Amino acid sequence: MNTDLLQLICFYLFAAVAVIGALMVITVKNSVHAVLSLVLTFFSMACVWLLAEAEFLAVALVVVYVGAVMVLFLFVVMMLDIKQEVVREGFIRYLPVGIVVAVVMLVEMLAMIGVKAMHAHTLGPNPAGNSNVAWLGQALYTDFLLPFEIAALILTVGIVAAVALTLRQRVGVRHQTASQQVEVQATDRVRVIKVATEQMASVSPAPAPVVDPTQENAK
Amino acid sequence: MITLSHYIVLGAILFCIAVAGLFINRKNVIVLLMAIELMLLAVNTNFVAFSRFFGDVGGQVFVFFILTVAAAESAIGLAILVLLFRNRSTINVAEIDSMKG
Repeated sequence: MNTDLLQLICFYLFAAVAVIGALMVITVKNSVHAVLSLVLTFFSMACVWLLAEAEFLAVALVVVYVGAVMVLFLFVVMMLDIKQEVVREGFIRYLPVGIVVAVVMLVEMLAMIGVKAMHAHTLGPNPAGNSNVAWLGQALYTDFLLPFEIAALILTVGIVAAVALTLRQRVGVRHQTASQQVEVQATDRVRVIKVATEQMASVSPAPAPVVDPTQENAK
Repeated sequence: MITLSHYIVLGAILFCIAVAGLFINRKNVIVLLMAIELMLLAVNTNFVAFSRFFGDVGGQVFVFFILTVAAAESAIGLAILVLLFRNRSTINVAEIDSMKG
């Protein structure tokens, strides 16, 4: 079979799966199913990007989105106790306006793109040559070095901000303080009291180890 | 033969689905965040197609940066969402109106 035709068939297949997945994301009742549909969409779009010979970005899309971001979404969806009925309120009410806006936007975009005129533009030879990764890496580490470093900084800020936002100090909870536990000396916990031998009879219970009240929380 | 318009039309369709999703799901912030991710995907598809068409590496580098920023954005967005749910016990957009904006 002709390679071009095969590519076209593959493109339509992946595009159809991606569009169906996207439609399911915005319409299914269960949020978990919506996340899984989004995974399907991302995966199909990664295949479409592979057809455009953007191999590195396709793999990055699968690794970063399907592997990390979508798993994060799944965690949050499963962690939150969402009432489905409440979430679905107003779905029918806003459905017509949503469809109208989407269709009008799509028609406008297609008119502006000029599908017929642009249909003549085939993609042409792959500018990357043999290796897409080498092509991208060459640009990334020369012309785009500073933006690349800034991207790393943005990710660091993102992780710090996410942790700082969700971190909370509960009051009234007893928890271990490892540094205090390690630093404690024997003299902090046990006090040896010299008792004169002739008074032994009067002191009936043996003196209990005196616990420092400040250390009680640390145990 | 796959042409440039195939990719652009696919991007446009995905973008419009995401916009419709923003309109329909007024009660669920998680689906709104996912619709935003879908929009970014559509835009990235355009970038990839044009990068390939013009033979310019800049488009694909830009997609790389968009992926980076989108990952950070969704991480912080979900953190805010968790915080919101902890304080208000709801992810309904209509009820999150304490700032009266």
